[in-house]
Amino acid sequence: MALLEIRNLHASVEGNEILRGVNLTVNAGEVHAIMGPNGSGKSTLAQVLAGRDEYEITQGEVLYKGEDLLEMDPEERAAEGVFLAFQYPVQIPGVSNAYFLKAAVNAIRKHHGEPQIDAFDFMKLVKEKQELVEMDSSFLNRAVNDGFSGGEKKRNEIFQMAVLQPTLCVLDETDSGLDIDALKIVANGVNAMRSENRAFVVVTHYQRLLNYIVPDFVHVLVDGRLVRSGGKELAMELEERGYAEFEGAAV
Amino acid sequence: MIGADLKPTESCGCEQVFSAELRERAGEIWEREGFPTTKHEEWRFTSLREIAETKFETELPAVQIDVIDPVAMPEGAVSLVFVDGKFDPDRSNGAGLPDGVVLSSLKYGITEHRDLVEAHIGKVIALDETPFVALNTRMTLDGAFLFVPRGVVIEQPIYIVHIAAEHASPTLTNSRSLFVFESDCQAKVVESSISLGAKNLQNTVAEVVVGDNAVIEHVRLQLGSEEAYHITNMQIAQRRGANFKTTVVTLGGKIVRNDINGLLNGEGTECTMNGLYVGRGEQHVDNHTRLDHAFPHCPSHELFKGVLDDKSSAVFNGKIIVRQIAQKTDSKQSNMNLLLSDDAMINTKPQLEIFADDVRCTHGATIGRLDDEAMFYLQSRGIAKDDARSLLVYAFASDVLDRIGIEVVRDTLEERLLERFHKTP
Repeated sequence: MALLEIRNLHASVEGNEILRGVNLTVNAGEVHAIMGPNGSGKSTLAQVLAGRDEYEITQGEVLYKGEDLLEMDPEERAAEGVFLAFQYPVQIPGVSNAYFLKAAVNAIRKHHGEPQIDAFDFMKLVKEKQELVEMDSSFLNRAVNDGFSGGEKKRNEIFQMAVLQPTLCVLDETDSGLDIDALKIVANGVNAMRSENRAFVVVTHYQRLLNYIVPDFVHVLVDGRLVRSGGKELAMELEERGYAEFEGAAV
Repeated sequence: MIGADLKPTESCGCEQVFSAELRERAGEIWEREGFPTTKHEEWRFTSLREIAETKFETELPAVQIDVIDPVAMPEGAVSLVFVDGKFDPDRSNGAGLPDGVVLSSLKYGITEHRDLVEAHIGKVIALDETPFVALNTRMTLDGAFLFVPRGVVIEQPIYIVHIAAEHASPTLTNSRSLFVFESDCQAKVVESSISLGAKNLQNTVAEVVVGDNAVIEHVRLQLGSEEAYHITNMQIAQRRGANFKTTVVTLGGKIVRNDINGLLNGEGTECTMNGLYVGRGEQHVDNHTRLDHAFPHCPSHELFKGVLDDKSSAVFNGKIIVRQIAQKTDSKQSNMNLLLSDDAMINTKPQLEIFADDVRCTHGATIGRLDDEAMFYLQSRGIAKDDARSLLVYAFASDVLDRIGIEVVRDTLEERLLERFHKTP
């Protein structure tokens, strides 16, 4: 059974159809890159998978571990192992990173009928993952993404992912706005988590990230449909030739 | 109906606090003014009709209070407790205070330290500041007196608790506080009004004198029944270089009106007024503040935050006066509101009266709802919707609590708020 099966997915926002029949199968252990021009629906696809309710699903289905993903609340999806690294991580003044992460870890444990995490174990886990994304220790006491630089916010997403250990990781333009050092840190974080039980869907506008996170499959999303799929060499091709040849093709 | 029968019993001893002449004048003001109506500009959004129509008892049988809310007073703290306006020596504790500090009932204070009390009481706040100051002056039975002499630093917070017990009928109590801080001293005072019965009216007046370079933190807590009434008039007079901070946290009360006024009466004085009001049901909380900059080089800071659910409502009216002489005033005012329901309401109004030309005065008000993006972010990390909601509300509110410099108060209030917002993680 595929980990994720998207069949003929159509999604609209305020009456505008953005996804117009997306089909995608992702198996555990795979890394899929989804590339496409601005406005092609990449972020919509990522947010629909995480359960953002401003999108209306008009047709199609999404199966996650064989279950209807679209029926689940966002928190249930998270508890079942779906993780979205946000393109624009949200600031939450007044809530420390440590508190936030502990609440998330415990909510997920509660969903699985497990007891709350021991304070010592939590700190140990956090410290280990913090080193992975090269965050300094003061970061835990800072409010979530509040006053963070762009790079820090993206690293924080990967850090959260590393702590929560999801099964399906969706990265929404995690590379945008990162300098090369931050990009490497983010990519290292992702690569350290690659395993045969886990899959990644990496949404990106640029091929650059894929030099560091080498995908098994590359898909081209244009006008709400996947118009072409291939191996990692497709990304190089797109980098050279752009999306022009696909635009209009999908209409 | 408080009016013609406005006569505290002679046995109460209030004549020891105020002279017969002053009490008579106060009575005249109250009888002339009475309850303000919404036609009065300062009371436009706060209707007192419900209070004006209630018949209050003022002669109350003594009651035993078994448990005092630990938020208002932790176990073993230095404290003064008043029940129905009368001093309760058994619940009070003045142990361990430095020499020269006086912490007592006003009645005791006026007997033993007449000069100290008479120098200030009734002189800091205007008798007709609001009709409730007059009512309090006419009716008060007793109150708190704190005197901290020059240069004395008191480490432990001092808790002053005004409890309105539950009786067969609604009650009116008129507590009075006088705090005199001499120059260069430091102290922390937590003053609470707690109503144990519905429809009790606690009419509190506090006068605060802050001497040169004194550093004082004050917290006012309004707790207890969400059907009770709290009216507070507080006047602070600060001298040169004095630093005073007050934080008013309102959780209890159906109708709450606070008039908190600071006079920055010396160069380089600094005044901070913060507030947090949390309303649900039909609670209504009105904070009127006035910061009167009467000397140059005085900074003032104001942060009032409100969380309003159901049909609750609130008023924030922040007046900043900068007199002509008060050059280099640096004043910052902010009122932020989180409305959790379509029926909740806030009226917020900054009022700036600036007569000096080299000043900085900023003010801002925000009214918002819970941020959908933040909700989704928390949910996408596994946090259930209700918990995400309460976490965001708590985070909004805790901004004010975080600024309280008394750790135990901050911690107990945080717990209380977490309970109120049902947060579970």
